[in-house]
Amino acid sequence: MDCALAVSGLGKRYGARTALAGVDLEVGRGELVGLLGPNGAGKSTLTKIACGLVRPSTGTAEVCGAPAGSAPARRALGYLAELFRFPGWSSADEVLTLHQRLAGSGGGGGERAELLGLVGLADASAVRVDAMSKGMQQRLGIAQALVGDPKLVLLDEPTSALDPVGRRTVRDLLESLRGRGAGVLLSSHLLSEVELVCDRVSIIDAGRVVAAGRPSELARPRGVEVDTAGGTRSFPGAGREDAPRIVSDLVAAGEPVYGVRVLRSSLEDVYLEAVRGA
Amino acid sequence: MSGALVIVGYALREALRRRVFAVVVLLTLAFLALYWLGAREAFQDTSGFATGVDGVVDARAFTGATVFGMAMFATLFLGIVLTIFLTLSVVQGDAERGLLQPLVVRPLGRATLLLARWAGATAVSGAYVVLVYLAALLITRSAGGWTPDHVVGPALALTGGVAVVGALSVLGAVYLSTTANGIAVFMLFGAGLTAGLLGSIGNALRNDTLEDVAQIASWALPFEALFQAGLSALVSETTGLTGVILQLGPFGVARDASMALIPFTLAYLAIVLALAVAAFARRDL
Repeated sequence: MDCALAVSGLGKRYGARTALAGVDLEVGRGELVGLLGPNGAGKSTLTKIACGLVRPSTGTAEVCGAPAGSAPARRALGYLAELFRFPGWSSADEVLTLHQRLAGSGGGGGERAELLGLVGLADASAVRVDAMSKGMQQRLGIAQALVGDPKLVLLDEPTSALDPVGRRTVRDLLESLRGRGAGVLLSSHLLSEVELVCDRVSIIDAGRVVAAGRPSELARPRGVEVDTAGGTRSFPGAGREDAPRIVSDLVAAGEPVYGVRVLRSSLEDVYLEAVRGA
Repeated sequence: MSGALVIVGYALREALRRRVFAVVVLLTLAFLALYWLGAREAFQDTSGFATGVDGVVDARAFTGATVFGMAMFATLFLGIVLTIFLTLSVVQGDAERGLLQPLVVRPLGRATLLLARWAGATAVSGAYVVLVYLAALLITRSAGGWTPDHVVGPALALTGGVAVVGALSVLGAVYLSTTANGIAVFMLFGAGLTAGLLGSIGNALRNDTLEDVAQIASWALPFEALFQAGLSALVSETTGLTGVILQLGPFGVARDASMALIPFTLAYLAIVLALAVAAFARRDL
C-alpha cells in the first residue's frame, strides 16, 4: 500500500504510565481511517506522535515515507488538535495566511477563500477569532489543517463542537479529501459518523489495537427478523444465507410473510464488545 | 529563514494588537508626564543647591544624572515587564491553551519557532526601551538643560538588559506554566536589582563582601551589569566632587563596566537560548 501514514510497534510511556503499547496502523493515500477508543486509550498520543508533537518511546511512525516529526513529514501533513486555539486578535483570513506562510503554500487568497467556503465560513474571513463561536473556531481549525493541500490529514475530534449541519459539512469534506488522494486519520467518539465515512477503523484500548478492519468486516450477523401475521418473529444466530430457508419454512407452515430483515451488529456494538473484552 | 521572519512578524502583531499594549502605551505616557513634572521641579529646586566654594558641585549635572538615573531604572523596569509579558507563555503556557500545537507541526522547526518568538519580543521591548529612554532624555534636556556624557551606550545597555531577561523568560517558559514563569523571572529580576544595590552600598562602605556578592550576581544575571554599565556611561566624564557624590547616590554607579561585558552578554544569551532550544526539542506537547 502507498502509505500516507505507517505506524509500527509504536509505544509511548509517560513515567510509569503506558499510553501506547505497540500499535501498528497504516493509512493509505486516499483512504479514511477511523481511530476509535475510550478516553485515555491513546488516540491523541498516537496522533501527536504522527505529527511530531510527542516523541515515541518505541517503534516507528512515518508520514509519506519520512520519519514523523521531520521537516519532510511536517510538510506533508495537516493537523487539527483536539484542544486548540487561535489568537483571539487575528481574523480567520489572517489565521489562514499565517499557516499558508508557515506551510510554504502558494495558494494565496484563492486557497483561503476556497477553504473558508469548504467549511462554511465564506462570509467570516474578516471575523476575529475572539468573536467566533466554538463551532466557527472548529471549522476554522479544519480549514487550517487543509492549508497547502496536505497528503495526510490528522483530525482529532474534528466535529466535537459542531451542530448537525456542521457535521454533515465535515462528512462531505472528508469525502472530498478522499477524492483528492489525501489520507485521513480521523479520531472520534462519534461512531455513527466514523461508520458512515471511514474505509477502515482501528479500535484501541489501553494503548493496544483491540479490533481493526473495514466496518462491514467487523460487523457480525445478529439474526433475522421476519414480520408475519402473528407479529415479528426473531431468529437469533441466523445469517443472510438462512433468510430464504426461514421464509420458505414459514410460508410452508401457512404463515403469511410481510417483511424480512437481516440484522448485523453496528460499529457501536463492535466497539463496545472490543473495549469491554480487552 | 522565511519561516523565522513569519514568526517574528506574528510576534510583533501579537504584541501590538493585544489590548494590553494600549495599557502599556497609556501607562508609559503617564510615567513620562510624571517624570517631566518631577524633573522640572527637581531642576528648579536645586538650581542654587550646594554649589559651594567656586562651584565645586555642578547642581545641574547632579540633578540631571540623578533624575535621569531614576528614569533609566523605570525604563528598564517597564521594558522588562513588557518583555516578560511577551515571552512568559511561549511554550508551556501556549501549549496548555492549545495555541502552540498548530504552529509546531508546521515545517519551520521548533528551534526556529522559539528563537523567532524571542527575537520578536526583544524587537518590541528593545524598541520600547529606546523610545522611552529617548523621551526621558528629551524631557531632561528641556527641563534642566542637562545631557548625559554618553547617549547611545546606555540605550544599548537597556536593550541588552531586556534581551537577557527575555532569553531567561523563554528558557523558563519551556519548563514552567505562565504564572510560575512570570513569578520566577520577576524574582530573578528583583534578585539582580537587589544585588546591584548591595554593590552600591558595598562600594560606598568599601565592603569587599558586598562588592563580591554584587560582582557574582552581575555575571550570573548580566542585565544588572548592563544597567550598571549604562548608568556609568551617563556620567563617565563627570569629574570632581560632583562625580564622587553621584557615585554615592541611589542611582549612582557602583562600578565601571568591564570590557568583557559585551562578549560575555552575547555568550550568555547564546547559552541560555541554546539551553531553551535543546529543552524545547525534547519536550512532548
